[in-house]
Amino acid sequence: MLFELERVTMERDGKTVLQDVTASLPRGASCIAGPSGSGKSTLLRLLNRLADPAEGVVSYQGSDVRERDPLELRREVCLVPQLPALLEGTVEDNVVFAASLAGRDADVARLLDLAGLDASFAPRDADRLSVGEQQRAMLARALALEPRVLLLDEPTSALDEAARGAVEATLLHLRERVSVSTVLVTHDLAQARRMADWVVRLDEGHVVAQGPVREHLIA
Amino acid sequence: MTAATTSTSIHVSVGDVAATLALVAVAAGVSFWRRAELEEDIAIAVFRSFIQLTAIGYVITFIFDQDSLWLVAALIAIMVLFGAFTARRRARRVPDAFWPLLIALAVAGGATLGLVVALGVFNAQPRYLVPVGGMVVGNSMTAAAVALNRLGDEVAAHAREIEATLALGATSTQAAAPIVRRSLRSGMIALVDSTKTTGLIFFPGTMVGMLLAGAAPTDAVRLQLILLWTLLGSVALAGLIAITLAYRNFFTPAHQLREQPEP
Repeated sequence: MLFELERVTMERDGKTVLQDVTASLPRGASCIAGPSGSGKSTLLRLLNRLADPAEGVVSYQGSDVRERDPLELRREVCLVPQLPALLEGTVEDNVVFAASLAGRDADVARLLDLAGLDASFAPRDADRLSVGEQQRAMLARALALEPRVLLLDEPTSALDEAARGAVEATLLHLRERVSVSTVLVTHDLAQARRMADWVVRLDEGHVVAQGPVREHLIA
Repeated sequence: MTAATTSTSIHVSVGDVAATLALVAVAAGVSFWRRAELEEDIAIAVFRSFIQLTAIGYVITFIFDQDSLWLVAALIAIMVLFGAFTARRRARRVPDAFWPLLIALAVAGGATLGLVVALGVFNAQPRYLVPVGGMVVGNSMTAAAVALNRLGDEVAAHAREIEATLALGATSTQAAAPIVRRSLRSGMIALVDSTKTTGLIFFPGTMVGMLLAGAAPTDAVRLQLILLWTLLGSVALAGLIAITLAYRNFFTPAHQLREQPEP
């Protein structure tokens, strides 16, 4: 298994968000699905130590994530947040910054292409892009780290239907071109069926089902 | 320093001071007339300024009479302590802001005074160190308070961007760099702007005081420049140290953004 969570409890703002969660996520395309407030995004943040659980253990490739250097872990297991949050400057600045964190030179045109943007976006001010374009720029920035795992927190929640379809196509195409596992958070079960092979379903901080999508998310 | 040669003195009677209460009455009258509801605050401000300045006047007189640098150091230490407490109230969103502020004011005050004495700008005597120390600590306090207040607001407003940067494997220092830059700028900009406009839009206090006391305008200008430039250095130091120490309190050792407390 890529990730394993063992009896994980998490609190946020004094409220229990995850309660005694035990779950596994294999390599490949997984998703964490559930209604708003079910603890999906909180669980995702535990996978690359943007937060630590109050109780329980989160393992990545068999070892407790707390034994890993958090910075190296995040460059290997990179999270793309729900809403765009780019740094000041151009799209290229953002991509080059991310690559520099991993000590790499960025092939900006290729990374933008992987994220579904053409090279003309490189010199554009990140603040002036549409939400969908910013989301793609965030993806290109994450890919600059050459991560082994991409954690995608509701990447299409702020997009209209057409843009959502385009981002989904980009993500599906990406997995054919780059060797990367993905963990997608979504409240949309139809999207989970389209985008993932494995699902962990959450409700009010509890795991209510997990396993292959074809068994647990029947259309 | 040549400051000793610029000193003059004038006598100000209690009656002169009391006469200026007429202007306080104007302020209270304006407040009453336009229903600004500041009459009580004006009364408290006038009372406190009278008590505090009178008290510090006696303290300074005592220190001048004793001519002891230890007493100067003790007075400045007390100013630093009260300055840190006062500034902390304006930086409520910054966790554990007191120690960064205390260290910032102490280092800025000590380093600035040490430097101006070492450069021979002022003699190491209470009559120079007490007023200059008071100005340095006061301005440093304001700058550090503004900088940390801005820092707290910036972290609250840009938590999403900070966490998105951390999610790439950036250190907390890298993730906080843009807000640290903006906060430091906030702390320094007021003094930089007033230094730019000094002599054009307003006459600063030291220069006015010296002119009223009968000093030559060129002496008043030189001393004012010394103080303004000294304050620029101390304000920059205080802001830098306060922010450098305080921003870390928003993060865990594992470079995680802590949950933000309610202001």
